[in-house]
Amino acid sequence: MYQQAFSTNVKPHFENQKNVELCCHPLRDYIGNLQVFVARNVGQTYKIHYRSFSSAAKLIQRNPSFSTLNADDVKHFKEILGEKNVIEDEDTLSTANVDWMRKYKGSSKLLLQPRSTEEVSQILKYCNSRRLAVVPQGGNTGLVGGSVPVFDEVIVNLGSMNSIISFDEVSGILVCEAGCILENLDSFLANKGFIMPLDLGAKGSCQIGGNVSTNAGGLRFVRYGSLHGNILGLEAVLANGTVLDMLGTLRKDNTGYDLKQLFIGSEGSLGIVTKVSILTPPKLSSINLAFLACKDYFSCQKLLLEAKRKLGEVLSAFEFLDNQSMDMVLTHLEGVRNPLPPSMYNFYVLIETTGSDESYDKEKLEAFLLRSMEGGLISDGVVAQDINQASSFWRIREGITEALMKAGAVYKYDLSLPVEKMYKLVEEMRLRLGPSAKVMGYGHLGDANLHLNISTSQYDDTVLAQIEPFVYEWTSGHRGSISAEHGLGLMKANEIHYSKSSETVQLMASIKKLFDSNGILNPYKSAEFIIFPEISHFLFNYIECEGNQDSIAELGQTNNGKYAEEVIWMENFYLSYQLRSWVLIVITSHSCKEVSGIVS
Amino acid sequence: MKIMVAVKRVIDYAVKIRVKPDKTGVETSNVKMSMNPFCEIALEEALRIKEAGLASEVIAVSMGPTQCVDTLRTGLAMGADRAIHVDAPATLYPLSVAKILKALVDIEKPGLLILGKQAIDDDCNQTGQMVAGLLKWPQGTFASKVVLDKEKQVATVDREVDGGLETLCLDLPAVITTDLRLNQPRYATLPNIMKAKSKVIKKVTPDELNVEIKSDLELVQVTEPPKRKAGVIVSSVDELIDKLKNDAHVF
Repeated sequence: MYQQAFSTNVKPHFENQKNVELCCHPLRDYIGNLQVFVARNVGQTYKIHYRSFSSAAKLIQRNPSFSTLNADDVKHFKEILGEKNVIEDEDTLSTANVDWMRKYKGSSKLLLQPRSTEEVSQILKYCNSRRLAVVPQGGNTGLVGGSVPVFDEVIVNLGSMNSIISFDEVSGILVCEAGCILENLDSFLANKGFIMPLDLGAKGSCQIGGNVSTNAGGLRFVRYGSLHGNILGLEAVLANGTVLDMLGTLRKDNTGYDLKQLFIGSEGSLGIVTKVSILTPPKLSSINLAFLACKDYFSCQKLLLEAKRKLGEVLSAFEFLDNQSMDMVLTHLEGVRNPLPPSMYNFYVLIETTGSDESYDKEKLEAFLLRSMEGGLISDGVVAQDINQASSFWRIREGITEALMKAGAVYKYDLSLPVEKMYKLVEEMRLRLGPSAKVMGYGHLGDANLHLNISTSQYDDTVLAQIEPFVYEWTSGHRGSISAEHGLGLMKANEIHYSKSSETVQLMASIKKLFDSNGILNPYKSAEFIIFPEISHFLFNYIECEGNQDSIAELGQTNNGKYAEEVIWMENFYLSYQLRSWVLIVITSHSCKEVSGIVS
Repeated sequence: MKIMVAVKRVIDYAVKIRVKPDKTGVETSNVKMSMNPFCEIALEEALRIKEAGLASEVIAVSMGPTQCVDTLRTGLAMGADRAIHVDAPATLYPLSVAKILKALVDIEKPGLLILGKQAIDDDCNQTGQMVAGLLKWPQGTFASKVVLDKEKQVATVDREVDGGLETLCLDLPAVITTDLRLNQPRYATLPNIMKAKSKVIKKVTPDELNVEIKSDLELVQVTEPPKRKAGVIVSSVDELIDKLKNDAHVF
């Protein structure tokens, strides 16, 4: 019935089991591009580049253990939420099914709009009992396909949970529901004399629950730090409907494990965040912004160091973009002009200061800039004289993403790297890709966060093969992170091993299993496919069975039944879908290798 | 020829205006103040005329409390050669401003006085016209294009009027007030900010200019415009017609 067409080819790898630390992703065929995956070449090329960019979603297989939505389900949801909040309308669904970048498209048939935590809890309880997959959605402004369904997952949109629960004007602690739009919170706070500790380009549509779930970074990061520090508490609903009330409003609380941190940045894979409590800093009245030109990357770095030293307490943003990014904005965005004379500068830097005394801050900034200019760190620069000018400077930096969308296909990478090595990757990538692609580097220099963007006229697998896995390997090699602030989502779910050790990933998988045993929350996008190392041995044994049913049955009973559950699961999975191929990722201490197989 | 430009310090164009609770005016404390955008355009035009070799010096003038010096510094950083600060109370009405400007024109004798068509705080749109009247100079208001002829000593000004464009020919000296589309003001560059540090800002008082500040206007109350009422979604054409007829009284 089954034949191991490859077994002799892959055996050498398996025989070396002692060096193998972890064998994971047995369900890599979810993602495996069956076409690219050339069975005959298995023996020669273990490393197969099937990471598909724009069409990744199409190549993943739907997890057969999930049920399909039926009329009874819809009826049940209508009972919980009322007719109005159960949306089956195609127009609304088509927007909710596609991400902001229009790169990932799901085919969900149902959008739910709960208005309370209780409703979220009931939805999840039901979905869990029915094994209906769920994708939590906020403003749907993510860049890695984490907020859209991959197949027919039920979309739970938190947008209707948008009330502000309380605000303490002394401590600046805001408690609100997850569906509040960031900009609305910011305007609410502005009236009270406070601001949100984060600010990002998508502020007009992104929701705080999504910001928390993705641990969004943004422009105020350098000053106010990560959400891990600013979120004082949250309320989340687990997959089985349990409501976890961790909505503390205390700055200090050392009692037990700080579990709320697990929900910050886990991209909705552990639970749905329904309420948050945030520490907000006071709004400072004096904001100054300078747009500067530097001749080389080294000057940008030195300028950052100097700015930290000399502007210290007032420095609130330090952003950079290269000449190529600037060109992109000037070419594709209307009404944007280069604030500096059009002579060629290689790098541009934005420095923002926020303080409490207008004239003192301005004097301080100007003195710093003039000194830096005399010292040769800055080649030229302008200082915004009013808010309008400041907005037009920010427009350049924030408009890069939009300009890239207009320019054609774009491959986006959000990396965290040591500042001094950051731009080297851009240069290497430029050399690697040649003139056919425009390689741009920009980002939050102050946080050592590089946005590497590659623009081509259209999506092309050969270009992609040139970029990946090179970019991940390079980043990993320099001990960087392959996702600084965008998250993993669908785009990078399987690249986690470039940034996290196998032991860490294992633990993540156990946590996922503990929180969401059926894996219904935001599937296909997290560490859920990863099976622990001891199972790798099981897999080897499974392969050894060569499809012989008796041997498989025997295997299920060995190990004191330890792997029985997995056997049943594997059997169900392979049989029900008659999958012809699968991939294993074998992580050794130094590198990652993929091994694939065909079961026909 | 010298060009004199008046620049006003106003609440920044991008700031959301809040009325003081006691209704005596709008909140200005802890609010970002900037140069009036129309004044910025006026200054830019003066600088362009100077750069084209048609003027020798650009003088920026501002009236009000000490903080107006910041606005003048911005003007100097944009490229004005020197500045005059008239130390006066915060609230000045157009006629007082026009009188002070006339007194300064009498001292400085510029060939051209360029102003913004209005300030975005009080939206008066009177100062340019008043000072032209006091000086008995020709005026070209709402200019969207200015062409200077040095030989003939005339300025040709395109004005944006309701029916389209009107072109005026003014004998110099003249008063020009600027409209939005005249030009796009420059940014203050670091080298210019540096240079501006050594430029002179002369301080004078209305008394020294023999101008008496008084107003015939009395401010009764400042209130916010009524808030827009929330809309309603109608479910049918009939309901729409009904609403239009009975609630909106359109028919």
